[in-house]
Amino acid sequence: MIEVNHLTKRYGGRTAVNDISFTVARGEIVGLLGPNGAGKSTTMRMLSGFLPGTSGSVRIGGFDVAHEADAVRRRIGYMPENNPLHPEMRVREYLKFRARLKGLGWRESRRRVQVVIEQCGLGDVCSRVIGQLSKGYKQRVGLADALVHEPELIILDEPTIGLDPQQIRSVRALIKNLAGHHTVLISTHILPEVEMMCGRVLIMFGGKVLASDTPENLQRRMSGGSQVIAEIAAPEPDLRQALDQLMEVERWDVSPTDGAFFRCALTGSNGSDLRPAIYQMAWRQGWMLRELTRSRYSLEDIYVQVTQPGTEDLE
Amino acid sequence: MRVFWTLLRRELASFFLSFQGYVIIAAMTLLVGLSFVVLVAGVGNDPFTEPVTEMFYSTFYFWLILLLGAPVITMRLFAHEKASGTFETLMTTPVGDLQVVAAKFTAALSFYMVSWLPLMGCLLVVRHFTSQTAALDPGTVGGVYLGILLLGAVFISLGCLASAMSQTQVMSAIISFVLGVSLFSLAYLAKSAPVNDHWQTQAISTFNLFDQMHDFARGAVDSRAVVFSLSTTFFFLFLNLRVLESRRWK
Repeated sequence: MIEVNHLTKRYGGRTAVNDISFTVARGEIVGLLGPNGAGKSTTMRMLSGFLPGTSGSVRIGGFDVAHEADAVRRRIGYMPENNPLHPEMRVREYLKFRARLKGLGWRESRRRVQVVIEQCGLGDVCSRVIGQLSKGYKQRVGLADALVHEPELIILDEPTIGLDPQQIRSVRALIKNLAGHHTVLISTHILPEVEMMCGRVLIMFGGKVLASDTPENLQRRMSGGSQVIAEIAAPEPDLRQALDQLMEVERWDVSPTDGAFFRCALTGSNGSDLRPAIYQMAWRQGWMLRELTRSRYSLEDIYVQVTQPGTEDLE
Repeated sequence: MRVFWTLLRRELASFFLSFQGYVIIAAMTLLVGLSFVVLVAGVGNDPFTEPVTEMFYSTFYFWLILLLGAPVITMRLFAHEKASGTFETLMTTPVGDLQVVAAKFTAALSFYMVSWLPLMGCLLVVRHFTSQTAALDPGTVGGVYLGILLLGAVFISLGCLASAMSQTQVMSAIISFVLGVSLFSLAYLAKSAPVNDHWQTQAISTFNLFDQMHDFARGAVDSRAVVFSLSTTFFFLFLNLRVLESRRWK
C-alpha cells in the first residue's frame, strides 16, 4: 500500500527526514514512533502529498505521490497534527463539506456522513458547532473526516494527543476497529498506544527509521529472552540446587525477601517461557510459590535504547 | 466544478455567517455614508451640474474603501487557513489549486459587491430629495457598479495574492495595503504627470485609475479600462496560483 524509497526532506540546511525506506502492506496497522522532532510529521506530510520530498519517492497504492497527486489524495484519509477543523461549522455540515470536497456526490456524501457519524459516535453532537465540542469529540470529528470517503489508507498524525484517558480509550478502540478494512499509519510518541493498536512499529529518530518490526519481535530482539520473577519459600541451598538442575534456565539470581521467601530472577535460554517449568518445580518439591511473573522488556525500554544518542550512529 | 461550488458556498458562508463579515459591512456602510455626507455638504456650498454619481468617486472615501476594504476582506482567505492548519486538510483532498483560488476570489468579490449595496440607498436619497433624475439612471448606476466591480476585482485579487503569501492575517492585510497604496500612488502619478509622448508616461498613464473610474461614473464604459482591470486581475490571480504551487517546488 505504501512504498517509500530513499525519501529525504531538507528544510533550509536542516535534514528533517534522512533517506528513509519502508513499505506498508494492505490492511496493516503501523505505528510510527519517535520523540518530538524525529521527522514523523514531516514524513506523514510527504506521504499525504502536502509536502514534496527533496529526493526519493513515495508510492501509495501504486500511484506516485508527486505525479499522480489526485489519484493518491482520493485514496488517503489524512488527519494532520493538532487536527485542524473549521470551528464555526456544525459537525454534520463540516463532514458533508469535506465529503463533497473529496469528490462524493450529493446522495453519496449524505449516506457516508451518516455512516461515519455513527461509526465515530458523533450522533449526539452532529448538529452542534465544532468549536464548542470537547477535545475528544473534535478528535472524533477529525477521524470521521479522514474516513468519510472510504479511503484505502488512513494517515493519523498523533490522533490521541491531549485527550484524557477515557477519550484516548475510545479513540483507540475506534482506530482498532478500522483494522482489516483500511491500512492505517499512526504516529505517536506514546508507547502503550503502539503496543495496543499496531501490528508493526517503525521507530524514527533523527530523521531515520531505526527499527521496524512487530512489537513482540522487537521485545524478543532486545531482551534476548524474557526474564521471569518468582518468589518461592524454600531452604536456600535446595532452591539453588533445583534451579541449577533446571535445563531451561540460562542465568539465575536468588535474593532473600521477607520471611522464608526468596526472590528469583531467571532468564531462559533462547527466549523460552520459564513459567511452567518453575511452577512444576515448586509443585514437585512442595514449596510455596507466591509470585510468578514474566517481566518483559517493554517497548519503552526498547524505545529508550534505540533512540538514545550514542547507542546508534546518527549521522 | 462541483468542488468549486462546494468551496464557494463554504467561503461565502464564512463571510456572511461570521461576526467579522458584518463588522466589515458596517464599516463599509459607514464610509459610504460619510462619503455621502461630505458630498452633500460640498453640494450645499457649491452647486454643480455634473451627475451625482460622478462626484461620488472623486470623494476621498471612495478610494479609502477600496484601499482599506479589500485587504480586510481578503486577509482571511489563505492566511487564516494556513494559521489554523485547515489549509493542510484542504490541500490533501483532491481539489485543484485553481479551484481553490477561483472560489476564494469569487467569494471575496461577491462579498465586496454586497458591501457596496448601501450606495444604492444614497443614490435613492438623492433621487428623492433633488431633481437629479440621473442619480438612478440605469446606465449610470450600472456604470458605477461596473467600475466598482472592476476596480474591486483588481484590489481583491491583490489581496488574495497577499493572503496566499502570508502566514498571518495581519501580515496579509499589511502586505495588501502596501501593495494597494503603491498601485494607488501609481494612479495618482499617472493623473498628475504631464501628457507627452515618452513611453514611460504612456505606460504609467494606463494606471490612471481616476480617469477610468470617472468614465465609469459617467456611465461610459471604456474598453481600455475594462481590459486593464481584467488583465491586472488575472495577472494577480495567476501569481496567486503560482504561490500555491510553490509549496510543491523542491
